[in-house]
Amino acid sequence: MRTPSKAMPTVREVHQARWNEPVVMEMGVPGRRGAVYSAPEAVVEKAVGKAADLVPAAMRRKNRPALPEMTEPDVLRHYLHLSQMVHGMMGVNLFGTCTMKYNPRISTHLTLRPELATLHPYQPEETLQGLLEIVHSFDLILRELSGMDQFVFQAAGGAGAAYTHACITRGYFQARGELAQRNEIISTIQTHPCNQATAATAGFNVITLPLEENGYPSIEALQGALSNRTAALMVNNPDDMGVYNPQIKDWVKLVKKAGALAFYDHANFNGVMSKIRARELGFDACMFMLHKTFGGPKGGGGPAVGAYGCSAELAPFLPKPIVRLDDKTGRYRLDADRKLSVGKVREYFGNLQVVFYAYAWARAMGGDGITEASDLAVLANNYMEKKLLAIPGVVKSQPQMTMHRMEMTRYGLGPLKEETGIGIVEVGARMTDYGVDSPWLSHEPWVVPEPFTPEPGELWSKEDIDYWIAALAKVCEEARTNPDLVRTAPHNAAIHAINGARLDDPAWWATTWRAYKRKQAPAARAGGKAASSR
Amino acid sequence: MSPTNAIAHPYMANSVPEIKAAMLKDIGAKSIAELFEQIPADHRMKKPLKLAPGMRSEADLKKHLVGLLRKNSTCESHLSFLGAGIWQHHVPAICDEIGTRSEFLTSVWGTAMSDHGRNQAWFEFCAQLGELVGMEFVGLPVYSWGCAAGNAIRMAARITGRSEVLVPETLCPERLAVIRQYCEPAEMARHIKVVPIRHDAKTGLIDLKDLKARLSDRTAAVYFENPGYLGMIETQGADIARMARAAGAETIVGVDPISLGVLAPPTDYGADIVVGTIQTLGVHMSAGGGAGGFIASRDEEVYAREYPTLNISITDTTHPGEVGFGLTLFHQSSYGLREEGKDWTGNSVYLTAIQNAVYMSLLGPEGFREIGELIIARAHYAARRIGAIKGVSVNWPAGFFKEFVVDFSRTGKTVAKINKALLKRGIFGGKDLSKDFPKLGQSALYAVTECHGADDIDRLVAALKEIL
Repeated sequence: MRTPSKAMPTVREVHQARWNEPVVMEMGVPGRRGAVYSAPEAVVEKAVGKAADLVPAAMRRKNRPALPEMTEPDVLRHYLHLSQMVHGMMGVNLFGTCTMKYNPRISTHLTLRPELATLHPYQPEETLQGLLEIVHSFDLILRELSGMDQFVFQAAGGAGAAYTHACITRGYFQARGELAQRNEIISTIQTHPCNQATAATAGFNVITLPLEENGYPSIEALQGALSNRTAALMVNNPDDMGVYNPQIKDWVKLVKKAGALAFYDHANFNGVMSKIRARELGFDACMFMLHKTFGGPKGGGGPAVGAYGCSAELAPFLPKPIVRLDDKTGRYRLDADRKLSVGKVREYFGNLQVVFYAYAWARAMGGDGITEASDLAVLANNYMEKKLLAIPGVVKSQPQMTMHRMEMTRYGLGPLKEETGIGIVEVGARMTDYGVDSPWLSHEPWVVPEPFTPEPGELWSKEDIDYWIAALAKVCEEARTNPDLVRTAPHNAAIHAINGARLDDPAWWATTWRAYKRKQAPAARAGGKAASSR
Repeated sequence: MSPTNAIAHPYMANSVPEIKAAMLKDIGAKSIAELFEQIPADHRMKKPLKLAPGMRSEADLKKHLVGLLRKNSTCESHLSFLGAGIWQHHVPAICDEIGTRSEFLTSVWGTAMSDHGRNQAWFEFCAQLGELVGMEFVGLPVYSWGCAAGNAIRMAARITGRSEVLVPETLCPERLAVIRQYCEPAEMARHIKVVPIRHDAKTGLIDLKDLKARLSDRTAAVYFENPGYLGMIETQGADIARMARAAGAETIVGVDPISLGVLAPPTDYGADIVVGTIQTLGVHMSAGGGAGGFIASRDEEVYAREYPTLNISITDTTHPGEVGFGLTLFHQSSYGLREEGKDWTGNSVYLTAIQNAVYMSLLGPEGFREIGELIIARAHYAARRIGAIKGVSVNWPAGFFKEFVVDFSRTGKTVAKINKALLKRGIFGGKDLSKDFPKLGQSALYAVTECHGADDIDRLVAALKEIL
């Protein structure tokens, strides 16, 4: 067997496509056509007259929308050009907290089959049996992984699942007549921001616990925050920096003792899957991200699924409908007749094409593969740590925590910044010149200066990880020897560095072509002078 | 180790035993198990994981998955008249081609320079949608139409400092349920009260007298849709917006953008905020998985600074004449401000937005006019043919876009029974309204799109005649 070489891999310059592609609004020629639709049949027109006359006069569109007029191949080429100007995991991407996974293309193909793509959510249940079986079977897989009693897939993202928990918390305490009193939700500073934000949107006051020296908030801080006003705890574990709270079982006990609910945001599940179960730790509910841990595609930010699971005690409050198997008939049905249900967090019953990816992934992995994936993810993270910390200028968050971290670890380039003036944003931009996606830095607030959070997971090979580390090492070296090269990066990307300074200026921002023409285009024509003089 | 584990998994490069050993050696650890030292013993799984072994062969996996999918009947195998929020429209092939491009499908969160193409596609989604709805500020999409309406109502409540929203009583029950979820129960401090406005039974449109009676200095917004859930084109939009403005309230209009080649954009009749679906713009139904929504408004700070969405702006670069795209107003999102942010954001339906951009540039102004005219003509043809069946009537036989309410009450048969009989003939009948809108009797909401030819409609009519 040929084993991968031990030497540091050669970092290669990678040039992205640079099409200088115009904005679609500037493209096309009047009269050209892409999609064409037939005129109504003669029998239709005979019966109803001219189509335009069927629109009530006051509601007829007066001016044609100013859309481009292009042929079908021109549209295809335009968007292919745009796709070629996206890194999109074509290089190495260790985007932490997001668990980059392979998205098996078998599922991409199968989700386009009519047996999934052309299903309507209101079709009779007997015509959706295959789909409902997939949903139910996957529910059972998640129950086995979490110990929960029922999952739903209505939330269209992890944040949507956090919101689902906030809604279920309302429903639960409303049914007990305690909602007016229990209006606080507790979280921690290294729990993903969607938890605090969805709790607040649902109308709760949020209490955020700070970190202590040991890397997680103290149990005393939790005790101080708990009261008869507490409705729930919403927490990541391991947290956003990769630190596992060893007292989490005691936390949950205290929360339950205070009469509140405990929610486990399992965004960082990859390193602990097959090792722990949320329910066995005492949690009432948890959430899995199918577009992360379970192999669904990121899509640049969805369509996604936040699978929400809970105990039998909370199950009556779940959003409806729920997919159930009727043991007598062996048929699956959608149960919408649920009096205590909180209703809906989104229309219908989920991004089922993403549930399909997740089910297919879980079956391809199996119990053995899932166990091995978490083993390999943790192995890779520790392998990476050893090598990263050998790079001068790189430090680890919470260095006093000497125990091995699992899925990921937060690092910082503070020393490099002090030495060279070059920080993580510039370093990340320069890494793209070597075919490596810029790493995830940190959610707000930054507790480590110049933070970055690489997560190798089980997808990337040892050679990929070595390459990523070599690219970082090279850029850190460049920061010392040729800082301008890093400061002006990227050099090989689809475009040059954008002007981000004015993006929050109301006189400049433009989210549409209309706004651009009014605000920025006159300035562009005048060589940038008009806009800057405003 | 199970026997299947002896084969390296095709998704996991480091599952080769020698590589694992080499990595462990570099770490200086004896086993992988010791790397999990952070998890205390009493936290470990009590019962071992009981899941089937993995199917490492794609051939086996495909056989299993296709076997499951084959148990479904579809809107291709059957003739479907279901709509009510998810519609069967033609999805042009290149929408799928672009939507499954690996670079778009697997992208996550790169820099503005290295993910330039995706950011431009997002901007082109906003720019083209802005032309259809007549607005200058368009956010990146949200989960669904209902979520967009919920967010827009919360924006209006923050802008006006008021806490009541007026909505049509004929609103889609699914969307209404989502809106209620976003407006919170009365126990919560920042609760927004959802107040239904009556409709005029003769026209199917909003009852302006009732609207007037319910508008007050508590009203944050009036929300209505065009076309409405029951299909009708709301022709009194200008009056509604005028009345709302006079009461100091915002006007929020929900639209199905596929209608906007023939229907006036909501800005023509005074909308302040426009929301709607994006599923109809080149996205498969996927049993509801195709849902997506958007929020748009005038480009005024009072609105822009309340968006909960991520927002992408065009800007210049260090290279003269070149444009790039970056996030604007990021700090006000939940990523920037956590619980102090505007509602929340996160993963949404951003890949859908790219398919929408392809769709809009493919149709262009003429395509949107053509498809709008084709749909409205065929829908009216269907309504007339169905309405001519003995005992069957169409509640509001004119003034709708692609959906209309069919009343079967006088046939003595329930919609459930009729739909069952249609199913036997390979047809999905319209959505049964009898539970959600009991006042409409045994009624169903029928949807007709460019996918339904006159021959399909004739087939439905023949089947109905046979059944009734």
